[in-house]
Amino acid sequence: MSNLLIKNGRLIDPAQGIDAPRDLSIIDGKVSAIEPEIEVGAARVIDATGLVVTPGLIDLHVHLREPGFEYKETIESGARAAVAGGFTSICCMPNTQPVNDNSSITSFIIAQARAAGLANVFPIGAITTGSRGEHLAEIGEMRAAGIVAISDDGRPVANSGIMRRALEYASELGLPVVDHCEDCCGANGWSMHEGEFSALMGLRGLPGAAEDLHVARDLILAEMTGAHVHIAHISTGRSVDLVREARRRGVRVTCEVTPHHFTLSDGDLYRSGYDTNFKMAPPLRSGADVEAVLTGIADGTIDVIATDHAPHHFNEKMVEFDQAPNGIIGLETALPLALDRLVHRGLITLPRLVSLLATEPARVFNLDRGTLKVGAIADVTIIDPTGKTRVDTTRFLSKSSNSPFGGWELKGSVISTIVAGRVVFSAEVEPD
Amino acid sequence: MPLERKDLLGITDLTVDEIRLILDTAETFREVSTRQIKKVPPLRGRTVINLFFEASTRTRTSFEIAAKRLSADAINISASTSSVVKGETLVDTAFNLQAMLPDAIVIRHSSAGAPHRIAGIVRAPVINAGDGAHEHPTQALLDALTIRQCKGQIQGLKVAIIGDILHSRVARSNIHLLTRMGADVVLAGPRTLLPYGLVKGLAGVGGTRTGSLHFANSVDEAVNGSDVVMTLRIQLERQSGGFFPSRREYAIRYGLNRRRLELAKSDAIVLHPGPINRGVEIDTDVADGSSSVILDQVENGVAVRMAVLYLLAGGESV
Repeated sequence: MSNLLIKNGRLIDPAQGIDAPRDLSIIDGKVSAIEPEIEVGAARVIDATGLVVTPGLIDLHVHLREPGFEYKETIESGARAAVAGGFTSICCMPNTQPVNDNSSITSFIIAQARAAGLANVFPIGAITTGSRGEHLAEIGEMRAAGIVAISDDGRPVANSGIMRRALEYASELGLPVVDHCEDCCGANGWSMHEGEFSALMGLRGLPGAAEDLHVARDLILAEMTGAHVHIAHISTGRSVDLVREARRRGVRVTCEVTPHHFTLSDGDLYRSGYDTNFKMAPPLRSGADVEAVLTGIADGTIDVIATDHAPHHFNEKMVEFDQAPNGIIGLETALPLALDRLVHRGLITLPRLVSLLATEPARVFNLDRGTLKVGAIADVTIIDPTGKTRVDTTRFLSKSSNSPFGGWELKGSVISTIVAGRVVFSAEVEPD
Repeated sequence: MPLERKDLLGITDLTVDEIRLILDTAETFREVSTRQIKKVPPLRGRTVINLFFEASTRTRTSFEIAAKRLSADAINISASTSSVVKGETLVDTAFNLQAMLPDAIVIRHSSAGAPHRIAGIVRAPVINAGDGAHEHPTQALLDALTIRQCKGQIQGLKVAIIGDILHSRVARSNIHLLTRMGADVVLAGPRTLLPYGLVKGLAGVGGTRTGSLHFANSVDEAVNGSDVVMTLRIQLERQSGGFFPSRREYAIRYGLNRRRLELAKSDAIVLHPGPINRGVEIDTDVADGSSSVILDQVENGVAVRMAVLYLLAGGESV
């Protein structure tokens, strides 16, 4: 394996409390040294002058669609999109066809990811067989095959008794339970957030309370069982409050937010004129919710930024709004959005952003990643924090292009992505 | 002065002047329908496609008659007899219709925003004939024409809209139009069917608005002192159930009956977009009574749709 030396960058590794000019040396896929000045030897040198060098970014929430929906995304294409977005590790949700509810599917996903040889892919197993919410899946067997968490994402476990058993069983295995919080409170067939804009648009709304109710239930169950619950894609102000308050009591809860939920609101959907690329679950919430989510990011209530990368084919989105599937892709826009919206607007510091995208995700799912300590696996992302990103959906490496951010100009870009010491992505630097 | 727009997708984006232009034009077309030979030539040689993905008697017939009285060739397509049953998407249907070079496409669809989707991809003007629970602009325009004829003007009137506001595109279009034209609109119905977000939403969408909108606590409160009472159909097809206990209780608590109508001004008029559920949202003696202008609405519908087709499908002077 060739060795690599990344010179002259600003190295940020919150796990070690480092934010300083450092050279980073990689030997045999592992970090071998971090020093103010490392002599150039035989290693290949990457000059990171003016750039930021961070632990490889980790996305706890993606949908890779394989097996079953390869026309939307494959493990290979999803991993390619991931590294183009600066992510060295991605955790894929089990809602494939068949569902990842047994160890053979888990092994298949891991084998496909290996064959692709791009990002690390850590599968998330189903909580219940077929994600039908009835019987616990063989979580222990999947754990042995390599899952890092369990979730029935998209089909939240409605039965509180089953959720309680899942939390207990998973805690024995050391796995977090990831929950998509959506109480079914009479909102079948919703298309957007319920509020002034759903009233204007004549679309069936999902109230914020549907999320809050489910979050409250999960927090109560997590408190009762002592298990770790991770709230997926938190989107309402009340849910952020509930998590903040529960954590103060010592409940083992973590949560993530998507870039679209801290960037867009239901007003943006209204102004889009029924653009189905503004439709996802949870829906884009009110402006007040977006503000509350931003507060949660700033005060540390929100642990992680995750994309909920949800590819859908162009054909599936080119339909009437209420008939379009939920979801947008996010791997290739997450970092620029986070830099532009959070760092450059002064909400958080750059080290805190690295924490949200690398350090904390590794901690939440107990991954042996997320740091550049000497001896650690050398997953590295090199970022130009002020580089210009112009979002061009036709140039996405994902198989799908369902993004509401087409045409956006953002401050912040990915320069290079390195997985276990191997450069798997380098940006073409466009001439100005 | 023609309409300076390609499509009519909703009242939301119409200015007061545009609304007046359509109503004034409709007024001039009313006379055509009273002639023995009910035909004028402005759309001769033009093709109007009525694309109906949802059941309709009044609106589809009204658009067809309007097109024909303007000498256009009108073609009707309904979902049940189209390639939709073969799985063709809305967008592909639109591309194919565009290829036949129509001069206007009138669309009714059960999904809010469907006309907006096709308006962006076809060159022909698109006229929204009702999209889900979103808008039904020509209904609001014909209601306005009817109100204007009876009351002289819309400015300053108190208009009660009663019933299932949540699922009603008629209510939404009327709220936009009437508040823009200076009426004070009061909404009432079962609390389960009242989208309270509308007040804030309306304030945020821009455009000048000289009227007002608020929700009443009861039907009686809404009807009290009103100049116009508009009752809405209970839309059983849009309800996944559970919004109110029974039709019987609905009729008792929210139906427009003789006693309730007496709370309105003595010269109040009663509108209903049809089709009516007699004995549910409106009693027969009110629907057929002297205050009712329900059939005038239908008559005005033809004139309004003539005006819209004429203004958008490029007519010459009448």
